[in-house]
Formats: sequence, structure tokens, C-alpha cells
Amino acid sequence: MQTFASIAKAVRYLALATLVVAVAACSRTPDTMPTGVGNAAGAGAPGSQQEFLVSVGDRVFFETDSSSLTSEAQATLDKQAQWLNRYQNYQIMIEGHADERGTREYNIALGARRASVVVNYLVSRGVGANRIQSQSFGKERPVAICNDISCWSQNRRAVTVVR
Amino acid sequence: MTLLNRRAALKLGLAGGALLAAGPALAQLEIVVEGANFQPLPIAIPDFASSDPQFGRDVAEIVRNNLRRSGLFLPLDVASLPQQVGDVNAQPDFPSWRAVNVDGVVMGQVERGAQIQASVRVWDTRQQAQVVGQQLATDAQNWRRIGHIVSDAIYQSLAGGTGYFDTRVVYVAETGPKANRVKRLAIMDQDGANVQYLTQGNSLAVTPRFSPNNDYVAYMNYDTGNPQVYVLHLASGQQQQVGNFGQMTFAPRFAPSGQRLAFSVEQGGATNIYSLDIGSGQPVQLTSGGAIDTSPCYSPDGSRLIFESDRGGSPQIYMMGAGGGEPQRISFGSGSYSTPVWSPTGDLIAFTKQSGGQFSIGTMAPDGSNERLLTTSFHAEGPTWAPNGRVIMFFQDPGGNEGPGLHSIDIWGRNLLRIPTDSYASDPSWSALRS
Repeated sequence: MQTFASIAKAVRYLALATLVVAVAACSRTPDTMPTGVGNAAGAGAPGSQQEFLVSVGDRVFFETDSSSLTSEAQATLDKQAQWLNRYQNYQIMIEGHADERGTREYNIALGARRASVVVNYLVSRGVGANRIQSQSFGKERPVAICNDISCWSQNRRAVTVVR
Repeated sequence: MTLLNRRAALKLGLAGGALLAAGPALAQLEIVVEGANFQPLPIAIPDFASSDPQFGRDVAEIVRNNLRRSGLFLPLDVASLPQQVGDVNAQPDFPSWRAVNVDGVVMGQVERGAQIQASVRVWDTRQQAQVVGQQLATDAQNWRRIGHIVSDAIYQSLAGGTGYFDTRVVYVAETGPKANRVKRLAIMDQDGANVQYLTQGNSLAVTPRFSPNNDYVAYMNYDTGNPQVYVLHLASGQQQQVGNFGQMTFAPRFAPSGQRLAFSVEQGGATNIYSLDIGSGQPVQLTSGGAIDTSPCYSPDGSRLIFESDRGGSPQIYMMGAGGGEPQRISFGSGSYSTPVWSPTGDLIAFTKQSGGQFSIGTMAPDGSNERLLTTSFHAEGPTWAPNGRVIMFFQDPGGNEGPGLHSIDIWGRNLLRIPTDSYASDPSWSALRS
């Protein structure tokens, strides 16, 4: 059984890695284009991390220098809350991020504020506060690399990581 | 013009930068440093005499490089000089220097021993007089320091104020792809030599700041799940988390006494300023509310704190007492203002400004008046002051797949230089003079 568990774990990681590559594909950076990943990314089994990533959506986006939730972000978080309330076995980490059009220290604080808004929203939708942690990465971990708003708007985000 | 007159003009002109409204009597001097007519002072620096000629050449080259990079001096090509190796024991042959239009000559000698010893004299060839004569020494471990110490002696005597060459810079060295970049602390001499890495790179380390006596560096470390401020002892490499306050602590800055640290504490999305007595570990909360209050910095006398806050909507600079109290906004221009840093001489506050999609590094008086933008680009951030209050280092990132680099500019908006680093570099913090 241990072998099976290891394989299942490996498959989960593979699915995560696939998604990371898929996100990187949004970037205009040529050297992060996906290379022959194929169709490994399916919808995932009910209750799996991959299902959360693919069918629910793990991230919400913010306007410039804002931590207000757009209606689209609220809709995503509503779906997240439903899923998280159904699958209680997961711990939750909310990662707050900013784009690169601000100073490092301010953006660290802005990422924390964004993460906090998401935490509060999920709690208001019934997700147990004791399951949720949060962390800000400021502008230190962009996912999209270019010099215009098409990238900045992807980097202003809060990502819900389930584990 | 004689060296002495040039020297006086240089000194007065530099001082005049802060006396813009002083009246017509200073008008000419302002032109000297502020206007396009400013000319760096030509100076001859032959190789230093030494029983090891290569050593004498290397030390002289450090001096020439420092003075050239200051933007205030123009060291002449050694090959063009009437004498290629200096002699500190003899009076120069003034007519031969006058014949090639050299006003100022530096004669140096340097020898290795238990210590490295240097003698230096600066001569005014028109007045046929000595301007400076000094004996200087440093420990044998780091020979480049003698070049910096000699450079400071020359700079101080000819340009006034204190020098800034015998200093170091701590910064964040960045390597790897942008989405997952390794950021570790590094330290180097102000000219980019003698790089050492202070953290391993297995966790994000950002915003290092020197203690006033150069012994410690405070910084933010993502080592544990919730990022916190650490204080690193440079000589031993030992470090300690300053406490465990809120979810996250960041943006540290030492008080001028070195006994106190100001920083930001984030809890539930609100970020406030705290200060901590390092001896007792007792924190004091200085601001409250739901806004982002960050980037605190003490005045040189330790009585006041400036910081950045978005309590009024956009990030602006505020000032309050070092023990707290009602903050007063001091930035009122268009755009937003961040990372205020008080000059060591107390007369200016440097900041990062964002306006019209561009970033600028600028200065203002402590009451917010006389705003001046020194450099504007796609990105520029994080000013830090040279100990003489005349040069500002900061970092610039051209964006895309590129990474940040360190640059310096003087308070007159001249002499924009790139500081050489082995990797991408950000968050410079300039030390005090080492000697």
C-alpha cells in the first residue's frame, strides 16, 4: 500500500507541476513555454487537489493597488468555499502577491492585505479559520513576466493552496 | 584659476546646494555645482611610490577610480604626466606641472608591514604650496582599504564635508529565473570589490539595513513560515529573530543610537509601525489602524520617525515623534511617495516616487518643501545615503526577464553611475565610514 500511496502522491505532484507550466504558458517569456506536456491535466478526481485547481480555480485577481474583491473574485471564492467545506481534510494556505509596480516593502504589506481579505471572505462562507494560514510574497514571486498590464494583472493575485 | 580658488569654489558650491534661496551673492557659486557649467577638478595622481611598484600602482588606481567616480574630480591620464611615480619627500618641480596645466598634484607612498602605511601630500602648483599632508594606516588584511582611506583624506580636504570611500554596502544578490529568484544577502566595498555572501539563499532574504556602527545588519527573512525581521552579527555570522510579533514583521531600520529598531508588524492585513528596545526586547506600538504603515526611518538625532502610509488613500510620507504621536503628512506632490530615508546630515529626505507610470528617486527638505527629482525611469527604488549626505545609491529594474542593478547619483542630480555587481542586485544599504 505504501507504494500505491507514493504513486498517488507522485501523480498529485505531477498534476501540480503541469498546472504551474500551464500558468507559465500565459507568460510571454519564451523560455518558459511548455515543452510537450501533452494532456496530463484532466479535471481530476472529486476531492483531489487537481480538481480544486482545474474545476474550482485556485486564484483571484485584484485591481492596481487594491485589495477589494471583484465580483469575479467573489464568485471564485464562493466556489472555493463550497469545495473546501465539502472536503474538510485539507489545510489551506492563502498566498498574497503584488505586481512589480510598487516598492518592495509596500508590496509586502499589500500582499498581506490581499491575503487577509481572502481569508476573511472564506471564513464568512463557513470555512474554518483554524484551517487557514496566510503569507505575503509581495512582488517577489511573479508568475507572468513582461513590462505591461497583461502581466501585472496576473501577478496581482491571491492563491489558495490546499494540502 | 588656482587649485585653492577652485577648491574654495568647489567647497562653497557644494555647501551652496542647500542655500538656494540665500540671495544673489551666491548666484555664481550655484552655477558652479548646479548648472551645466560644472567642471570636475582636474587632478594629477601619479602611481604611489613603494618598494613594491605594482602595489603602489594598484593603490593609486583605487584612489583615481574613487575620485573619478565621485564626479567632482577628473584624474588625468598618468602617461601624460611629467612624473609617473610620486615622491612624498621632495617638493614637486612646479614649473613642469604648470607647463602641462596641472593645478593639483597628489604624491603618495605606500608600504606593507604589520600594518599598511601610506603617506600622501596634495600640492597646489600655482601657489606652490602643500594643501594636505597626512600619514595613514590600515590593517594588512585588506589592502584596498588604504586606497579608500587616502581617497577620503583627499576628498575631505578639497571638497569639504566627510568622504565616503572607506565604506561598505550590504544588498540583496539575485540569481535565477524571475518567477523563482534566489535572493540572498551580500556585502561589498562601495566600489563593488570584496563581495561576500551573508545568507545561503535557501530562503528569501530582503531589505538589509546596517546598524550605525556597521556591526549588525537587520533584514527580513522568509526562513520560517511567517517572515520576520532578523538581526545578523557580521563578525560572527550569528543571527537572531528580533521577536515574534503579529503574522509578519518587516521593513527594519536602526535608530541612530543602535539600541533601538523600528519596523512594520502586519496582523490581519493591517500594517503598523513598532519600535523595539534591542536590550530588553520590549516592543512599543507607534501607529494603529487598518492602513499600511511601513518603511520607518529615524532622523539623525533620533527624535523623529518618517514613514510611508496609505492612510489617506495613496502611499505618502508622514512624520511623527520617535515615540509615536499624531503623524503629519509631509509629501504633497502628485503621485505616491515611498521609502523615505533621512540624510545622515539631516538636511534632506530621499524617497521613491511613483507618478505617470514612472518611478523617480528624489529628495525633499524635512518639512516636505523643495522637492527635487534626481532620476526618473521605468523603475527605481530604495534610496540609501552615503555617510557624507551627498550621494544616494538605489536600485533600478528594467523589467521583463532582466533583473535589478545598483546605481548611484549625487544630490545635484549628476553623475548617475552603475555599481558593478556579479549578479542582479537590489536593496542597497550604505554603511557609515569604517574609520
